[in-house]
Amino acid sequence: MIAEIGLAVLWMAAALAVLQLFAGFSALRPGGKALAGMVRPLAVMQGLLVALSFLALIDLFLETDLSVKLVAENSHSMKPFIFKLAGTWGNHEGSMLLWVTIMAVSGGVVALVEKRLREDTLLATLAGQAFVSLGFYAFLLLSSNPFERLPEPAPEGAGLNPLLQDIGLAFHPPTLYVGYVGLSVAFSFAIGALITRDVGPAFARAMRPWVLGAWIFLTVGITAGSYWAYYTLGWGGWWFWDPVENASLMPWLAATALLHSASVLASRNALRAWTVMLGVIAFSMSMVGTFLVRSGILTSVHAFAVDPERGSFILALLAIYIGGALALFGIRASTVTEGERFSLFSREASLVFNNVMLCGILGIVLLGTLYPLMTEAFGAKVSVGPPYFNPVSAIFAIPMMLMMGVGPLLRWRKDKPARITATVAIPALITALALLAVVVFAPGIRILPMLGIAVGAGLAIASWLPLNGRNLRRTPLSVWGMVVGHFGLGVALLGAASESAFSTERLAAMNVGDTQSVGPISLKLLSIEPVAGPNWTALEATVSASYKGGPAVTLHPQARTFSSPPGERTESALHTRWNGQLYAVLGNEGDDGRWQMRFWWKPFVPLLWLGGLLVAFGGLLALIGRVAQDVKRLRVNDKIAFRKARQDMLK
Amino acid sequence: MNSKVTGGIKPKHQRLVLLLIALVALIGAGLLAAYALSNQASYFYVPADLAKAPPEQGRAIRLGGMVEKGSLKTRADGVTIDFIVGDGKARIPVRYTGITPDLFVEGSGVVAEGRMEGNTFVADNLLAKHDENYVPRQMGEMTAEQAKQVVAETQ
Amino acid sequence: MSDQRPKRSGLAIWLPLALFGAFFVLVIVGLYRPADREVASAFIGKPLPQFNLPAATADRPGLTTAEMKTGKPRLLNVFASWCVPCAVEAPQLAALTQQGVEIDGVAIRDRKEDLDRFLASYGNPFARIGKDDLSEVQLGIGSSGVPETFVIDGKGVIRYQHIGEIRPEDVPMILEKLKEAQS
Repeated sequence: MIAEIGLAVLWMAAALAVLQLFAGFSALRPGGKALAGMVRPLAVMQGLLVALSFLALIDLFLETDLSVKLVAENSHSMKPFIFKLAGTWGNHEGSMLLWVTIMAVSGGVVALVEKRLREDTLLATLAGQAFVSLGFYAFLLLSSNPFERLPEPAPEGAGLNPLLQDIGLAFHPPTLYVGYVGLSVAFSFAIGALITRDVGPAFARAMRPWVLGAWIFLTVGITAGSYWAYYTLGWGGWWFWDPVENASLMPWLAATALLHSASVLASRNALRAWTVMLGVIAFSMSMVGTFLVRSGILTSVHAFAVDPERGSFILALLAIYIGGALALFGIRASTVTEGERFSLFSREASLVFNNVMLCGILGIVLLGTLYPLMTEAFGAKVSVGPPYFNPVSAIFAIPMMLMMGVGPLLRWRKDKPARITATVAIPALITALALLAVVVFAPGIRILPMLGIAVGAGLAIASWLPLNGRNLRRTPLSVWGMVVGHFGLGVALLGAASESAFSTERLAAMNVGDTQSVGPISLKLLSIEPVAGPNWTALEATVSASYKGGPAVTLHPQARTFSSPPGERTESALHTRWNGQLYAVLGNEGDDGRWQMRFWWKPFVPLLWLGGLLVAFGGLLALIGRVAQDVKRLRVNDKIAFRKARQDMLK
Repeated sequence: MNSKVTGGIKPKHQRLVLLLIALVALIGAGLLAAYALSNQASYFYVPADLAKAPPEQGRAIRLGGMVEKGSLKTRADGVTIDFIVGDGKARIPVRYTGITPDLFVEGSGVVAEGRMEGNTFVADNLLAKHDENYVPRQMGEMTAEQAKQVVAETQ
Repeated sequence: MSDQRPKRSGLAIWLPLALFGAFFVLVIVGLYRPADREVASAFIGKPLPQFNLPAATADRPGLTTAEMKTGKPRLLNVFASWCVPCAVEAPQLAALTQQGVEIDGVAIRDRKEDLDRFLASYGNPFARIGKDDLSEVQLGIGSSGVPETFVIDGKGVIRYQHIGEIRPEDVPMILEKLKEAQS
């Protein structure tokens, strides 16, 4: 019954989206004003209905209703509660429903709260949002119905891929999804603004909180995903340039560029066409990423089964939305009038520089991700990995991070180099000193980590300088957000560079009682024993580790065997200190009864994820600051309007 | 607050400079990427290709094939293994130091990442990731041409 | 931008669309390369590879290539107890056996007790069941998933490959293919 309700509600929402599209566009035509009042309520209703449908699917998974095909294929009655819940979106159909849910709910929120934008632009935006949603409704309802019943209930579910049965993964995809789909709002705003030729500061201000919100979720999602890959794959790495990872990085890069150019447009009324284009590109990257992952066109660690039919459907959506939006951009952008001018030495120019660098990295990542596909068309099979991505993206990333130290100190519109040279000297000196220190004390490390440490240290200092000379209590939250975000990036870079420069590894076959050492840590294998969990059994090693002869801690790396469905996974064990992390993996038993064990000592690697979280926190500060500002402005406007009305009455 | 301020450069020129910078960056990036890709992409080989036209020593490549039965040996250190990957036409000795993936057994398919050193393929990483529902595309294509003999041979 | 050099920015503005067009063409080629379709059919018309699978259950013998050349067309069903669509197609397999079709099974990465439970609840249409824990036969006959069903003619040549579960509406088509394989 629940499944039928969920499906019915989903169809109704799709019907409302059709109405919303129709009403929105007719309201824009002369004489269509009658329908204008309908659009906002329709958007809100649509959001509510889809949310209801998604709740129905969650309920089916929690109840483990095995007469529903999706549940039977992806869940299991023995599965712990949290993984039943995560099973809802841990599969193709469920994740597409989540996608539509986020899209429709955010459309509803836009309809409820957006008051700054010109009414016709807002109507066009909501119509655009309905148009985009419709494609995904069609996809869900016609080719991947999540509520499909089995002719006969299955006796037991097939479970969830053991590699994916992990608490981090339960919340990782939805976090990224909120980010991807949040960018659809920016996309719709861009479409709306292009249709009504209303590209200006109001458009940028309306769009900015959505971009910021989506960007925060993407940042958290990427950080968490990287940590997940780090501790579950058991390879000790944290970023593999895997297509799935690239699919999440590309929208982030575009959103970062969009965030900064929207800022310029909002406060300086410059970079108009560029900002609109980035608004289109950011969501396009989300869709391209999703397509690359879902169609199975690229093989990857996280591979989904290849399904050309599904791929064609998403591809058709891509063609309609991205192709359509870029064509609209081409037609309309030449009529978007030029914004304010700025000098080559100004905050705007520094932001343009970084935008270009971000787009450069984006292009590099996209090209590297697609390259295997290109060569395959000519019959050669290749894979592209870190030897390409790392140095080539660094060529853009390093100038960008250097500029990040300077840009925020510059004035808008026009500035003189002499004004900031004294301030910039501090981080420049730090960068030089760090470089010198690395060269002298740690010779032999590769060039990229070396530069990373130097630039990271400089950026971590330079990011605080914009606060110099400000009254800290009166500094707006959005400035704090920028400072914290930039600082976070510097910290993350330090962590990554340190990991890459100073990690040590020990691989050994050990008997119980044997000792080993890795970096400053001495290790002893105490025991290997079987342990059991709810749906897995494991061999668990007990390893005691002590840092430079200090007190010992114990770690428990496991090799797990899952029963439903059958599968195996290594569960690495971590011990975190303030200055680094010990990483332990238990491998197989050799013919001679010794156990393969692998250890890493990774100095300062936690800074990497701490930095990522700081970046997201900076975004959050900025978002709170912006929203508070908007609310205040609205209230003041209301007050003025109220007074005016009263005065009129008194007259 | 209007468009007169241009910092000494004429507005026309300023736009031109910005556009030029962007253009140079774009072209530079394209050339750079093309160069790096042609150098750094690692090609996929099956043993027959490797025997016919060996790549230069030390270049990162990937090797896919079947682990020959009875060829797997562990060295005294307990973590280095030697085995032979074959495709029915050629046989390539492989050395790998590390923890083998769970699905890695004799007679199964494997994709190894690494490089040729002498006549041995030294693997950094073994991917034995074909599970019940999924065969890596490269393996899938290889089997279409060659697996028949391989399966027969490895029995 | 357009005020001063409408022509130049006019071209630049179409650049994103052009890039997207290139991407689109590339992906279309990737998605529909003939090779992808060939994989399914590469083994059709070829004889079965030599294999000798041990019995997967106590009451049915294992599976060898030689035994499958009976002079009469038969089905080879690749399945597993952990696969939900395999349960879905069980009634259709039962219907086929009732029509006198002989079916051999290859159980992929399965355990005896799971398999026994599966066969007890959905019926056992198989004449023989081979145990393929390494997916070697599965790979050897060009199958990449479960369930898949192959029509094998009397000389042990693969005549047809059915990917995914056999639905009720597929049964006449399978019977037709078996009849074709007779000639």
